[in-house]
Amino acid sequence: MKTTDKSLSIKTAISKINNGDTVMIGGFGVPGTPFCLIEELVNQGQSGLTIIKNDANETGMGVDRLLENGQVNKLIVTHIGLNPRAVKMMNEKTLEVEFCAQGILAERIRTAGAGLQGFLTDIGVDTDLAKGKPTTTLDGKTLLIEKALTADYALIHAERADVFGNLTYASSARNFNPLMAMAADHTLVETETLLEIGDLEPEKIHTPGPFVDGVIFLSELTENYGVIKR
Amino acid sequence: MSLSDKNKMIRRAASEIQDGMTVNLGIGFPTKVLDYLDPGLSVCLHSENGISGVGPTRSINEADRNLIDAGGAYISTLPGAAFFDSAVSFAMVRRGRLDLTILGAFQVAENGDLANWAIPGLFTPGPGGAIELAQKARRVVIMTTHQDKKGRSKIVGECSLPLTAASCVDRIYTDMAVIDVTDEGLILREIAEGLQVDDVIAATDATLLIPDTSVSTF
Repeated sequence: MKTTDKSLSIKTAISKINNGDTVMIGGFGVPGTPFCLIEELVNQGQSGLTIIKNDANETGMGVDRLLENGQVNKLIVTHIGLNPRAVKMMNEKTLEVEFCAQGILAERIRTAGAGLQGFLTDIGVDTDLAKGKPTTTLDGKTLLIEKALTADYALIHAERADVFGNLTYASSARNFNPLMAMAADHTLVETETLLEIGDLEPEKIHTPGPFVDGVIFLSELTENYGVIKR
Repeated sequence: MSLSDKNKMIRRAASEIQDGMTVNLGIGFPTKVLDYLDPGLSVCLHSENGISGVGPTRSINEADRNLIDAGGAYISTLPGAAFFDSAVSFAMVRRGRLDLTILGAFQVAENGDLANWAIPGLFTPGPGGAIELAQKARRVVIMTTHQDKKGRSKIVGECSLPLTAASCVDRIYTDMAVIDVTDEGLILREIAEGLQVDDVIAATDATLLIPDTSVSTF
C-alpha cells in the first residue's frame, strides 16, 4: 500500500473552477494569501465568482486583481478598508459585499469544515449584521443562528506540503488557511516547499492530507509575497 | 489638535495596561500606547490574525514577510509567543481571555454603545474583529479625538451610525477628557491640562455628569 500523490500543475488545478463558483481564499493581508493561484484564476478568467476571504488585499494584489478583471459578483469578508476599489464598487453597487464579524466568519468556515450545519452566538446580535438572520432563545437569551459557510473550492497557501497534502503554515500566515482547507468541497494548495511523503513529522502537521485534493509547487514566489514598502 | 494633546491622551491611556494582562490594541492611536509602557511590565499582546505574545514592530529592512499584526505592521514576537488560526484567535476573545481592549471610535453614546465600522455611503471598511472585541473583552476602553475633523462631537447622546456593539464601553480617553461610562451616565473624570470643565461640556454632544469633587487634569 502507498500514499496518493496529489501534485498538480497550476493550470490543471485552477481549470477545475467553473463560472459562478464560490471560492474561499486563505490569507490575512499578505501572509497566507495564495497569490499564484489567484493570478492563474485571473489568467483563466472564470467569472461570476463569490469570493470568501478575510479581506480584499490591497491595490494590484490578490483579490484586487479579480475585482479589477470583473470576475467577482460577491465578496463575503470582514474588512475591505485597505482596498479602495472594493469600497468604490460596493458604494456604486457593482459588487455585493456581505460583512461578517471576523471570528464569526472563521467559525462559520470551521463549522462547515467540521461537517456541521451552524451554531448559536450572541455576537453581533445588536448590530445591522443580525438583520435577516434567524434567531432562537436559549436560557432566556436571544441568539443568532449562524450558518456554516462552505464553498466549491478553497485556495490555500502553505509553507510546506508533502505530495499527499499534509500541510504546515508559517507564523501569521496560518490565519484562515487551515479552516478553509477543511471547509470547501475541493481544496487546492500552493506550497513554497514540496516534500516527499514521510518528510513532514506527523506531530507537526497543521492540516492533515485527507482534506486536500491538489498540491501545486511554487518554484518561485512573485513580488506580491514580499514585504510591502509603505 | 496639536501633537502634544494626542501624546498626552496616549500617555494617559497607557496606564490602563497593568502587569499580567492579556490585551488587544486596535489600529492607530491604541497601538501607540506601547511607546509609553514601562519596559518592566509583563503583558501578553493578542493580535486577531492569530498571535499571542506580539513584540516590538520591525523596520522594513528587518521585516519577516509572514509576520504582521492585524493592522498590517511588521512585528516581532516575544519569547513565549504562540501562533494559531483565526477560529482559535476568536475563541480566545469570546471565551473572555482578554483583560482589556483599546479601540478607536466613530461615535460613543451615553449608554456605552460603540460605532466604529461603518459610515454608510461614505466609508465602510467593515467590522474586522471589533464586534467580538467590544462584546467580549473584560474591559473596553476607547481612544479617540473628542471631535471629528468637522468639529462634531464623537461622544453623543445616541449613535446615528451602525453599532459595533451595544453598551460595551467602560471608559473613553480623548484629547480633551477622560470619561467613565456608568449606569448613571457619562461621568467626567479628568480634563486635559489648560482646559476648563466648561470647554469639555461645550465640545460634547451628550450629557456629562460632573462629580462634586474637583476634576483633575492630565
